[in-house]
Amino acid sequence: MIQTLDQIFVLLKHWLLNFLPAAWQPAVGVVLSVVCIIGVFPALFAFTTVLERKGIGRIQNRLGPNRVGPFGILQPIADGIKSLTKEDIVPLKADAAVHFLAPIVLVVAVFMGFAVLPMGRNMVLVDMDAGLLFYFAMGASTEVSVFMAGWSSRNKYSLLGAMRAVAQMISYEVALLLSSVVVVMMSGSLSLVKIVAAQNQYSWGLPHWYIFTPWGFAGALMFGIAATAETNRSPFDLPEGESELVAGYFTEYSGFKFALFFLGEYVAMFSIAGLGATLFLGGWSAPLAALQFIPSWMWFFGKLMVAMCVFIWMRGTLPRLRQDQLMNFAWKFVLPMCLLNLFVAGLWRFMGDGLLRWVICSAILILAYVGMGWGEMKRKHLGPRTYRYAE
Amino acid sequence: MGIAFYLVSVLTVAGGLAAVLLKNTVHCALAVTTAFAGLALLFLQLDAQFAGFAQILVYIGAVAILVVFAILLTRGSETPKGGVFSKTWLAGLAVAAAIFAVLGWAVLQVAGSLPQQNAAPAVTVNQIGEALMGRYVLPLEIIALLLTAALIGAVIVAMHEKEGD
Amino acid sequence: MSPLAGYLLVAALIFAIGLAGALTRRNAILVLIGIELMLNAANLNLIAFWRYGPHPEALTGMMFAIFSIAVAAAEAAVGLGLVISIHRHAKTTDLDEMNRMKG
Repeated sequence: MIQTLDQIFVLLKHWLLNFLPAAWQPAVGVVLSVVCIIGVFPALFAFTTVLERKGIGRIQNRLGPNRVGPFGILQPIADGIKSLTKEDIVPLKADAAVHFLAPIVLVVAVFMGFAVLPMGRNMVLVDMDAGLLFYFAMGASTEVSVFMAGWSSRNKYSLLGAMRAVAQMISYEVALLLSSVVVVMMSGSLSLVKIVAAQNQYSWGLPHWYIFTPWGFAGALMFGIAATAETNRSPFDLPEGESELVAGYFTEYSGFKFALFFLGEYVAMFSIAGLGATLFLGGWSAPLAALQFIPSWMWFFGKLMVAMCVFIWMRGTLPRLRQDQLMNFAWKFVLPMCLLNLFVAGLWRFMGDGLLRWVICSAILILAYVGMGWGEMKRKHLGPRTYRYAE
Repeated sequence: MGIAFYLVSVLTVAGGLAAVLLKNTVHCALAVTTAFAGLALLFLQLDAQFAGFAQILVYIGAVAILVVFAILLTRGSETPKGGVFSKTWLAGLAVAAAIFAVLGWAVLQVAGSLPQQNAAPAVTVNQIGEALMGRYVLPLEIIALLLTAALIGAVIVAMHEKEGD
Repeated sequence: MSPLAGYLLVAALIFAIGLAGALTRRNAILVLIGIELMLNAANLNLIAFWRYGPHPEALTGMMFAIFSIAVAAAEAAVGLGLVISIHRHAKTTDLDEMNRMKG
């Protein structure tokens, strides 16, 4: 029974495929999985937009959407109808072809990333040998679409937003990659399926998740920071800073194309949250050996939603950074910490079991964190904001 | 050779041609991005998964973005007065055509004796990693030094010159 | 025709296109793009020879291509840094106008 529930989607797929001739089965199987991915994440997106608006509303001491349906839960349907029926305006001077292609490139690149994420036991579209590399390659392609959108609009706000976004994404991509490398070092594989399998072991009922080690914890923090910046979320949402740049690189988009951008950005958050859960939180494995009776896919989506809630919480809590603070933070704090973390992971690997490695590895990381934070504060690189007024 | 090879080849060559011929510099950069993507697909067709993904990550994720940044920083998207091609374009075209003729002739001469379809090599990322850390560790270290030097060099070259220098 | 010949012909074509771009364009950035295309064509050759060569398990061609990608990344960074620096100095990226050795 537990087995069946765990594998329910896999079994369902096999059952459906049995109605087809054997020659068609592989192709139709892939199509079926792709359709599921393309269906599930936009549905989750619709739900999460309500969650986000409600949550941010609560944090800001207001109600949030409450008009459409009971407690406003039908709001995304209203939003969807609104954006689909709106007129699609393309600026007169815009580069029509590039303007049209940008949202498509974004959505395609974002959805491609899901191909290698294991969403449950045996639930992965393609178990690639170089899965993590594939994921990052697709993530890198989204930058091109952001630039295309900003440049083709012929609008200074769009262009500035795109430049900010691309500079930010390129800077934090280095941190994102380096913080994931520790996991690859420890699990000895770039395949996300094998990375989850390496974490799906238990001693004394506790899982071997990488976040429960000093290097894993530091890596997960760095990954979270870099992921927030990669998806242009608050407090790193300068590319879309409403008070400065209207809506950043998609200022000139309306109607369905705007909806595509919004969808693409949001689904990219799901995707990167899923990757973070896979790398550091054990993917679909249960947090306690005793809880393994709950289906694996539930754990994956549960972790995904927890990560999304953290994103929403951060958005409601933290103020936006300034551009120079953002860059200094990436290159002078996150990057050195990631490099140090690589060294610590190597140390951990070769020190053998025992309490000593816990003490030494934690001490190095904490000392570096405190020392670097103190140094940066002292040099006012990350200090409190100072305001200058026009004379 | 399947239909996929022809499709991807046409895409790659078209991207390359557009990158060389288009007037607007940003369009050229986007076209060359298409060519890079096409080349990555060709790598994947050749069963070189790792190299294909590395190609996408490095070329589309970094080089193409650097190029568009440089174009915007140098205001290169404005078409110059004297046309986009150099004064000596005819000589350049002749040299390129000659090189292509020689290369093509050489390939066609030996086309008959080239190895036919063989089994796809089963190379895992693990083996690539072991080769990089074993037999090719010295080149790897040199590449690391080179990249560090390039990083520092690029920063120094592009840094603002101080007033009064 | 052997599949290897097809890949070699495509690589030769891309190399020639890149060379033509590097030799005929006026904008320094586009010359760099041409050079990148040439490097990529060479990579395609290396990978094709690795795939159809006698010893694919030795990974020689693959390693060449990976190192070449890394070198190309360094080359692009330094090259574009130079272009930006020259633009700051001479206010142009037009190679036909850069005809003085003296700054």
